[in-house]
Amino acid sequence: MKKLWRFKGGLKLPGFKSLSNSRVVQQAPIPARIILPLRQHIGEAAEPVVAVGDKVYKGQMIATANTFISAPVHASSSGTVLDINQYAIPHQSGVTEMCIVIETDGADEWDPKIQANPNPELLSADEIRVRIREAGIVGLGGAVFPSAAKLKPTRTIDTLIINGIECEPYITCDDALMRSQPEEIIHGILMLRKLLQPLECIIAIEDNKPEAIAALQETLVKLKTAGVGSVNTIRVVSVPTVFPTGGEKQLIKVLTGKEVPQHGLPYEVGTVCLNVGTTAAVYNALYAGKPLVSRLMTVTGPQIKQPAIFEVLIGTPVENILAAAGGTVSDNYTLIMGGPMMGMSLRNATVPVVKASNCILVEKSLAQSKTTTMPCIRCGACANACPMNLLPQQLYWHARSKAFDKLVHYNLADCIECGCCSIVCPSKIPLVHYFRFAKTEKYEHEVKAKFADQSRIRTQVRETRLEKIKLEQEARKARRKAERLKKSAANTNVSKQASAG
Amino acid sequence: MDNTNIPVSSSPFIPSSVSVAQIMRTVIYALIPGIVIYIGLFGWGVMINIVIASVSALVFEWLMLLLRNRPVRVFLFDGSAVLTAILLALAIPPAVPWWIPVVGCFFAIVVAKHLYGGLGYNTFNPAMAAYAILLISFPRELSLWNAPLDQVKQSLGFIQSLQFSLFHTLPATLQYDSITSATLLDHVRTEVGLGKTIDVISRSPIFGYVSGAGYEWVNAGFLIGGLWLIYRKIISWHIPVAMLVGIALISSISLMFNPGIFTNPLVQLFGGASILGAFFIATDPITASTTPLGRIIYGLGIGLITFSIRSWGGYPDGVAFAVLLMGLTVPLLDHYTAPKVYGARA
Repeated sequence: MKKLWRFKGGLKLPGFKSLSNSRVVQQAPIPARIILPLRQHIGEAAEPVVAVGDKVYKGQMIATANTFISAPVHASSSGTVLDINQYAIPHQSGVTEMCIVIETDGADEWDPKIQANPNPELLSADEIRVRIREAGIVGLGGAVFPSAAKLKPTRTIDTLIINGIECEPYITCDDALMRSQPEEIIHGILMLRKLLQPLECIIAIEDNKPEAIAALQETLVKLKTAGVGSVNTIRVVSVPTVFPTGGEKQLIKVLTGKEVPQHGLPYEVGTVCLNVGTTAAVYNALYAGKPLVSRLMTVTGPQIKQPAIFEVLIGTPVENILAAAGGTVSDNYTLIMGGPMMGMSLRNATVPVVKASNCILVEKSLAQSKTTTMPCIRCGACANACPMNLLPQQLYWHARSKAFDKLVHYNLADCIECGCCSIVCPSKIPLVHYFRFAKTEKYEHEVKAKFADQSRIRTQVRETRLEKIKLEQEARKARRKAERLKKSAANTNVSKQASAG
Repeated sequence: MDNTNIPVSSSPFIPSSVSVAQIMRTVIYALIPGIVIYIGLFGWGVMINIVIASVSALVFEWLMLLLRNRPVRVFLFDGSAVLTAILLALAIPPAVPWWIPVVGCFFAIVVAKHLYGGLGYNTFNPAMAAYAILLISFPRELSLWNAPLDQVKQSLGFIQSLQFSLFHTLPATLQYDSITSATLLDHVRTEVGLGKTIDVISRSPIFGYVSGAGYEWVNAGFLIGGLWLIYRKIISWHIPVAMLVGIALISSISLMFNPGIFTNPLVQLFGGASILGAFFIATDPITASTTPLGRIIYGLGIGLITFSIRSWGGYPDGVAFAVLLMGLTVPLLDHYTAPKVYGARA
């Protein structure tokens, strides 16, 4: 048994996993239109390399990443580029972003250039990194950070953590992935091992997923008996089911006892953390040569007729997924992309599934639930629940009064927006909502302050320059005057002398 | 398929399962064992005070909500006014005229609570602020405590208690002195002042098994309720434990230095308002510190001040003043005891 640690706070939440976790993974139908946002990851948007009217194959790169923190986008099915324009993306406030829209031809024809690689073990570390990057792989746990950028740490890595926690209620797609594709995950880990050379690899799974734990353990034994010695460094660790253990910082604490330094990155404590889905995508990229064009996704909730786990083509509109799951029970529902703790409510069902989309939760309509917010009674339940050991009630006061210096003092930036504080608040204060708002306000405030600073400096520089010019002019004038005087004095002298002479 | 009725709301989408009213109700339930024992051992006056205080507190709350233009339905039934009223009723002697709890509730609800901004905004614990005002304003009424029923020849029935409360009259056969007695802390204080030693003093029938006769059982009832609150996670252990440890610590040290004039720690812990204060009053979240370390310092401070007032101050008990004084330190405590954030350098 591995020694485990505890992170402070967190909550035991009802799982609601049984709604969908007994389902077999189904292939979601190819939609008529695929909408692929150019920014499905953290960092710079990808640049389109196709034009409207172009014929594209499945797996063909249609937008390329030009900066280090970015990821390319691939056509998820074959068809014709219909439009490159602003479309609504999955976002809380329904904003639009540049998207490439593909009208599918139904053939789902892979790019003939895509070839399987029978011996990816022979690839060098750099080649592996390039292939991971070119496959458009980003963190599929929800953070969507371009994976290749994570796989080049500047110090030695002790522990490679494969995150199979899936701690949010309702979501089951990582569980399904671990149960149905354990070999792919482990081969993916072996490739990552080549890059990072960690002392050990840990696949961390919450103890509410015994089947996934068993599947991976059996696969490890099978590979070991088949002579794959390097699997010895991999082990499956079952961790207690506490939300949000799946948070990178929380998981690192649980497995290693170490805390990622504030404002720091996991590699600083010798760890790299990747989601199981990302690991499977790495396998696909290296063994099959296939880029990230689909993902597993849970469709669940009390308002969907047939909860399901789908393999969904990235870019499929949410409405197509709902239809594939038998439609909704009534018209009175709210769509949530992601889980109930950290997901976002969608304004409409036309937005596409993106690389980050792990779940569509169809909840009862939120419009009906009216809660009255009471004043904070300082009970401290929020602080007890906070997995970052923040003081949410202090943050709340300062967020309300927009006291930005205080927000910095109380470490607003460390809030991971997990929602624990909100759901334990007896006064029903939407704390996380305040914190998101405060973060945006604070950002705007800083931008304005920076602009004001720059303007002030500019004005100062200008004034000094003008002053300098003025001084120079005066100096010149004075000099000229002096010269003139001297000259005229000389002239007078001369004339005097002349007259004297 | 455009879903038009989606409100602009952000995660989490799981509603909070607790409410202020639930918390207040639970605290009130936790008081029941102590209250039942109290009524059983000291008569109906306790119940009458609780009822008068609760009704007047609700009336004052309602008036203030109207005046301040606040949603009456939400706040009147949040349980906070009733809890304040019950705590105040438990702090005053069982046999007092009706206007004592009424005036007390006026100070608690109108002055200490609503003039400071209402629920969540009050700086001082309303019940204790009101008790302190009553104690200073009406020292006579506030210092006559009932003797346990089994120590008096004749006691007041329900009707007689009610008559005493409303009209301040006693049955012809009864003298006021015959139904009251000094409390243990009061007794010890007076006798020690007269130069007697604890050995002699503790032979008085006022002493029970460990502390004040009768009152020790009431406190045991409050202890059970308080432990249940900790078990239910309504309060954290920090404040009660720290406060009781504070009292035990300083009373033990005092006892070591001068066993002649100091009682043993159990007398201090189970006498006066130590238990009620530790579990029900000092833990009032609004006026207490919120950080773990802050709560420990806050509790310890209340314990030390309580004992100091009892031993060297002007009043037999000191919980109320201790709570009010430590309440002043809360902003400072919260500021300097903020826990280390995940990943912060120590």
